[in-house]
Amino acid sequence: MMTAADKAAAKDNLFNLAIPLTAAFGSVIGLLGGQAAGLGPWVGLIGGAVLGAVMCFVLARYVPKRAGRWGSAGLIGVIGLLMGGISGLIAGAICGALLSWFAYWIHHDTYRKGVPAYATSGQVLWHNAFLFICGFIFFFLIAPIVTIIPLSFNAENFFTFTPGMLALEADAFSLKHYRDFFTNEAWIRPLKNSLIIAPFATIISVSLGTLAAIGLSQSHVPFRRGIMAILISPMIVPLIISATGMFFFYSQLGLWMEANLGISRSIAGYIKVILAHAALGIPFVIITVTATLVGFDQSLTRAAANMGANPTTTFFRVQMPLILPGVISGGLFAFITSFDEVVVVLFVGAAAQKTLPWQMFTGLREQISPTILAVATVLVGVSIILLTVVELLRRRSERLRGMSPG
Amino acid sequence: MTDATSGPDNLSGVTPDTGLKIGQSEASGPVLAADGTPLKSSLNRALRRQKIRALLLIAPLLFFIMITFILPIGQMLFRSVENQIVSDTLPRTTQILAEWDGQEVPGVPTFEALARDLAVAVENKNHTRLGSRLNYETTGISSLFRKTGRSVDEVGESMFDALEEADPAWDEPATMAQLMGSDGWNASVAQWITDGEDGMIPVFEPRESIASLLPDTTDLYASYAELVRTDEDNPYDEDVWPIVFHVFAQEIRGDLDLTGLETDQVARLEQAQTVLADLSPTDPETVFLEADEDWGDIEVWTTIQTYSPAFTAGYFLNSVDMQTGVDGPEWRDESQQIYLKLFWRTMVMSLTITISCIALGYPIAWLLANLPASKANLLMILVLLPFWTSLLVRTSAWKVLLQNQGVINELLVWIGIVNDDGRLALINNATGTVIAMTHILLPFMILPLYSVMKTIPPSYLRAAKSLGATNFTAFRRVYFPQSVPGIGAGSILVFILSIGYYITPEIVGGTSGVFISNRIAYHISTSLNWGLAAALGSILLAIVLIFYWMYDRIVGIDNVKLGG
Repeated sequence: MMTAADKAAAKDNLFNLAIPLTAAFGSVIGLLGGQAAGLGPWVGLIGGAVLGAVMCFVLARYVPKRAGRWGSAGLIGVIGLLMGGISGLIAGAICGALLSWFAYWIHHDTYRKGVPAYATSGQVLWHNAFLFICGFIFFFLIAPIVTIIPLSFNAENFFTFTPGMLALEADAFSLKHYRDFFTNEAWIRPLKNSLIIAPFATIISVSLGTLAAIGLSQSHVPFRRGIMAILISPMIVPLIISATGMFFFYSQLGLWMEANLGISRSIAGYIKVILAHAALGIPFVIITVTATLVGFDQSLTRAAANMGANPTTTFFRVQMPLILPGVISGGLFAFITSFDEVVVVLFVGAAAQKTLPWQMFTGLREQISPTILAVATVLVGVSIILLTVVELLRRRSERLRGMSPG
Repeated sequence: MTDATSGPDNLSGVTPDTGLKIGQSEASGPVLAADGTPLKSSLNRALRRQKIRALLLIAPLLFFIMITFILPIGQMLFRSVENQIVSDTLPRTTQILAEWDGQEVPGVPTFEALARDLAVAVENKNHTRLGSRLNYETTGISSLFRKTGRSVDEVGESMFDALEEADPAWDEPATMAQLMGSDGWNASVAQWITDGEDGMIPVFEPRESIASLLPDTTDLYASYAELVRTDEDNPYDEDVWPIVFHVFAQEIRGDLDLTGLETDQVARLEQAQTVLADLSPTDPETVFLEADEDWGDIEVWTTIQTYSPAFTAGYFLNSVDMQTGVDGPEWRDESQQIYLKLFWRTMVMSLTITISCIALGYPIAWLLANLPASKANLLMILVLLPFWTSLLVRTSAWKVLLQNQGVINELLVWIGIVNDDGRLALINNATGTVIAMTHILLPFMILPLYSVMKTIPPSYLRAAKSLGATNFTAFRRVYFPQSVPGIGAGSILVFILSIGYYITPEIVGGTSGVFISNRIAYHISTSLNWGLAAALGSILLAIVLIFYWMYDRIVGIDNVKLGG
């Protein structure tokens, strides 16, 4: 039960803090909403403030939390529906949910949750401001990627939300950009090229890189730092410089292959790009595999040798299963490096080796077509899958090596 | 070796405990391994074997990287100073010009040499390449070479006409071939013709007697024969270049010692002597000045002389807005200075991006490091997803968002913060580049910062506060100094990455938001000034390597981590 003093404090909080703050928050929302609805700044500002104050008073005094939040979202949603159709319903529901959440958040002291009880009000304000700032930065990180997903379903050839899309009309959305991506030869060919080049480059960098990483993790390696610096250099040297250097060298290499090895121009082109991409992917394999080998217990190989296994058996039966997660995530890094790479292929490859990023790059630079957004959405899906796989592998590897309990 | 094996049990030979016994015995001498060899050498051998095995495992990759990556970079560095094209294309001219004092336009011998060089170059079709090479240094030389190339045939044309008029046999290329080439060479050419003209003719061999009599003519004819050979043509069909007759006419004048020649050659030479005796040879200087009066310009000749050596600092001087003047390097005109500004802009913008990344990345890294693991892992996905998303996807997202009719501007107009005419110019300028690249490189700042902050115990901050520090003081004096290595690592990483960025500035940067790398790409693919591109690249590489070295000092290459 609340004591009289508690009740007085709660009432104090309500009139001194919760109602004014909710009114202020309501006026901000009202201002934005009023502008968007074309009512002018003052109507929204004052209406929002009044609505916020009334809502806060009613909710805090008479309505329990859960029912209050749903109720106000529904109520303002219906007002929005009457004023502006379906999009009004959604906007209104969001406004109502925000306002009621804010009112309870202030009134129930939830905003003090993350700070110790003795914190001053300045510290509490700073703590919450900090959380808001972090929220905005996360928004900055993720919003650009998320925005293009709905835009890729645009029925028009525009790069912005059409009024129809905002009103959620069904015929404002279509799959036509996806259809274009999967039927247009200008996109199919690059997709195929990317899927040819990236796996071969990955195989080369993973096989050579893993061997070298095992060599580098031995206890006595002469010139270790120098070798490491050379092997990591493709990652450090800016791509434009690698591309410039490779441009000169690989054009001669291509001519040499055509003249002396009897390889056709197209195949020679693929070989050039694959070699270049393999070189770019190697640092990632080296880094991830050596990181896995740091925690590797060398006595296991000695134990295997002690029991009569030869080095090859030891490698495949003991060492390989343990470092496999590192090798696979290194391989994924190498794959994405090649799959994503555009500068080097632009300089080293010919039109026959045009990859997906290259096609996107020309698309963005010359005639920007909305199909790019469909491609981008598909690639976001690919990267989510890759991210999940790498994350799972990392956890498995940590579990295998007993580094974390989970 | 001592009497180590003679012990109480009197066993001779090596036993498993031999080494142990020696260790326990009083006898002095080297410690032995189990098999009786000295322990030191045994260990050394094991170590050596281990080192060799490690190197053998590394060797394939090292070899691969050397060929596919280090060699191309080295070749680029070489290309930035290499300048053999001038002395290769104009060998005779550069030789004469080496002694030229640069005071006035060089005389007839230089024009004579230039006419020969240029005639050979025109036939080999590389005079335009040389023209564009020298055009980088002095504008106008490219068109000068092209124009002159068209009229260089006039030199020697009149000689050829006179000879042809006297005897139609001179019109036959075979006549010249039989005169200049050795009997053996002519025989094998004849054989090549009967075999069906398949492939290349044999390498030209001059006729000894003629070569000593007419060295310059032989020299030029050899150039002609070499081109005929590489083109897989027939020297009995291809017209001999007029310049050969021009030189021939000069050399044949006066008293020639025709003894030792065969009769038909003597007849030919005597015939030529009589025909050409009254004719005054074409003056190359007149022909050249008629083709383009720029040949009377001393600057053209100075440029050719300056860039005669096989190696040049010209590209590097050009990359820092300088040129070779009369008294060594000097600054270019104010209006032509672009590269230093561009380097400076690249630096300033990379620094801006780095600072924005610190400002945005620090709070996030703090939050992630101080939240409980389950929440932190969830939020980490928001950082890792952009990190794994294709660069092109993120760049196209920003292109869509920042456009004049793009999502951000539409939203601002809709809310009423800006009016329809006052849309913000967010793209095709430096703002666009900074916004997009901050977003793209932010994960590279957050991840190293996070891994450093993870290691700072939260109890330090609490201890500081319990000792009376305010929140701010505790952060400034206790937490922040410990997070500085993370800031250093992240900043250098972001700076190195942004300084060489090409794709994003190219797409969202317009003209005022581009980096030095865009200029390099322009020189590679559009202006074809590869030497300058290589020099700009070398300078950029040097800057990056300095920062890389700093990174190695601060973080260590081995400690580079990916994806948290």
